[in-house]
Amino acid sequence: MATATADLAELKEADVPQTRAQDTVLRTAGSEAAPKPDGAAGSNPNAALQAFLARFGKPLLAPALGILAFLGLWAVLAPQVDTSLGALPGPVEVAEQGVTLFGEWQASQDAKAEFDAAQAGRIAAGTQAQAFEYSGPPTFLDQVVTSLQTVALGFILATIFAVPIGLVCGLSPLVNAAINPLVQIMKPVSPLAWLPIVTMVVSATITSADPMLAKSFVISAIVVMLCSLWPTLINTAVGTASIDKDLLNVGRVLRLGWFAKLTRLVLPSSLPYIFTGMRLSLGVGWMVLIAAEMLAQNPGLGKFVWDEFQNGSSQSLARIMFAVIVIGLIGFLLDRMMMALEKLANRNHAI
Amino acid sequence: MTKNRGIRLDRRGFTAALLMSVALAGCGKSDDKSSGEVAAPAAASGAVEKPNLKFGFIKLTDMAPLAIAKEKGFFAEEGLNVALEPQANWKVLLDGVIGGQLDGAHMLAGQPIAATIGYGTKADLIAPLSMDLNGNAITLSNKVWSMIKADLPKQPDGKPKHPISASVLKPVVASFEKQGKPFKMGMVFPVSTHNYELRYWLAAGGLNPGYYTAGDVTGLIDADVQLSVTPPPQMPATLEAGTIEGYCVGEPWNQAAVFKKIGVPVITDDEIWNDNPEKVFGMRKDFAEKYPGTTAAVLRAVIKAQQWLDADNGANRAEAVKILSQPNYVGADYEVIAASMTGKFTFEPGDTREAPGFNIFFDKFAGYPYYSDAIWYLTQMRRWGQIAEDHADQWYFDTAKAVYRPDLYLAAAKTLAEDGTIPKASIPETDGFRKPQSGFIDGVTYDGKQPNAYLAKFPIGLKEGQRVTPAGVK
Repeated sequence: MATATADLAELKEADVPQTRAQDTVLRTAGSEAAPKPDGAAGSNPNAALQAFLARFGKPLLAPALGILAFLGLWAVLAPQVDTSLGALPGPVEVAEQGVTLFGEWQASQDAKAEFDAAQAGRIAAGTQAQAFEYSGPPTFLDQVVTSLQTVALGFILATIFAVPIGLVCGLSPLVNAAINPLVQIMKPVSPLAWLPIVTMVVSATITSADPMLAKSFVISAIVVMLCSLWPTLINTAVGTASIDKDLLNVGRVLRLGWFAKLTRLVLPSSLPYIFTGMRLSLGVGWMVLIAAEMLAQNPGLGKFVWDEFQNGSSQSLARIMFAVIVIGLIGFLLDRMMMALEKLANRNHAI
Repeated sequence: MTKNRGIRLDRRGFTAALLMSVALAGCGKSDDKSSGEVAAPAAASGAVEKPNLKFGFIKLTDMAPLAIAKEKGFFAEEGLNVALEPQANWKVLLDGVIGGQLDGAHMLAGQPIAATIGYGTKADLIAPLSMDLNGNAITLSNKVWSMIKADLPKQPDGKPKHPISASVLKPVVASFEKQGKPFKMGMVFPVSTHNYELRYWLAAGGLNPGYYTAGDVTGLIDADVQLSVTPPPQMPATLEAGTIEGYCVGEPWNQAAVFKKIGVPVITDDEIWNDNPEKVFGMRKDFAEKYPGTTAAVLRAVIKAQQWLDADNGANRAEAVKILSQPNYVGADYEVIAASMTGKFTFEPGDTREAPGFNIFFDKFAGYPYYSDAIWYLTQMRRWGQIAEDHADQWYFDTAKAVYRPDLYLAAAKTLAEDGTIPKASIPETDGFRKPQSGFIDGVTYDGKQPNAYLAKFPIGLKEGQRVTPAGVK
């Protein structure tokens, strides 16, 4: 008991406060700029400006200035760096490639429509027996969607595994003591180390010539799962273990069954921790996915980046940079999504 | 980012994905439910059993027959719906074909041979078609080029006389050794044509490129020049980083070095071995047995594409270069690809020479998979220790016949010749062995019918009865 709790305390320090701290930074950024009513605002234009700054300075102006300063520095410094593919592209070139990539997607949609129409004609005429799926090259947007699907599958798998195991660990110090060393060893393993093993196992497992899910898709998703399992597991265990002992005693007095105890006491009180863990997991999963796609050449954004690097054309760097920005934006949006869910869980958590 | 919602979700069936994944976690082997499979073996010209195919390729200009077959509609004409997917390196590509993620691929000739004899991953792969002749070159870094340039024999016009022998590198290697640094060069895969060509060139110039021991894939025993593996598209970057001083690779990665001004090509593989066989179309043996109609249809489409590439003295090459420069194929800039695909080859800036035979896809029976070509690769594997023991000549013939499948090529080509798509004269009358060939840089004649006698001719290379140990050749 004593050692188990010590470990949990250690885990707690290692994982939870970190995110909480991040949150508070982000939250204060919002809350301190909360409206400060200023009665004199109407009378004096200077005061109005001050009021405006007080109101929107931190949440809007400061980030806008930061981004502008970054873009400015980028635009000035990038042309100074001379690579064998020409100078490093600035923001304008990168934006242009973004437009080009969108154009490529539109062109591929047109090609697909044309293909389907021609095919429908051939089938109607009886010269072609069965309909084919359009087999054109995947565009950037297709790769984004593939990556999102993969990370979603990996993340859901990770949650399905991590939450029950975490609950058991939190409830039983014995199980926790048994699993803890494994978790500590598996947690720092890089996705790239898992990849060969997962690839071989999945290739051996899926033997159908035409499987429902592409092998590469399953491989990426499982690698994401293996790497994003741990934050959820650890946070769930910590959350479950830190449940108020009085509550458990009340449950004992009320003679709550095992299931009732789980659903009425344990889950509600550990939910905020679980969501914090899931948020960390999704962040890890997204990072892992790009690396895995790059190495294993599984479809997705990572493959897009690698293919462009291999192309080595004069536009390649700008296209890679555009992909980097999109990867960052998606990661940010995923994190915000999970943060909203986390807040919701915190709000509903009344105990 | 919300717009992209519908693009692929409908294709993959997201809910199905989730359900399947749960099922996967639980159960072992998923049942083989490939729909619409025709069990009865069809004749070579029979129906296509598996129309939806995925082929892999490496970003090199010699993948052109596959890109052309798709873009010019030759696959579609045969009732095939083919997706082409670039691969990161030769190992990933090979594993893709063996593992079934890819139905076939643009392969190094050595790959199906090595897989069949169990060097590296063991698998039954076949090569029913040869993709091209020539197409590689050896590039040296600017630094090394400046060290050898003054000593090169010159033509009357002041340009270096070709072919350049590797013997000019001897003082460079010696000066590297004096500084305690090994002289390193890159090639693309242990069983690649590039490895054997680079080794052939170095050995012909009196430099030992090193031997392989059993179970070791670095091949550095007794090496004067150390060779290492780098994927083709990363070659220029690796050269620029100073990790290697030169490399042997396919196009466009030699011309890329010229354009980026980081290196100088010194010799094309055509000058090392005139009209040498290069990439093959590789596939699993069981695929060809299970889907004979599909295999024949694929070969017909690729042969048509090969003919298109060489038609009218290369009239279509400019269009081919345009297709290859798309980001989803080779993706390099148009000018870089055009620099070798359109009958010219640039060595150093200002030294562009005619090279009409640099890429041959159809002429000179380029597509026919000769047994003697496979045997040449086997002799080189033995020469450098990748094949650890001596074998009788018959073993060479048997291995070549297991991997190279001119029967499949002929079945496909003959139907094309019958309906007049390709000229009858483009199919060779042969027993599968080329006549003794003498177009090698060191003047050694190669006769595919006498592999062991051929091996005995090399001053540098394993001899009968020799074995490589970590301590050296014994």
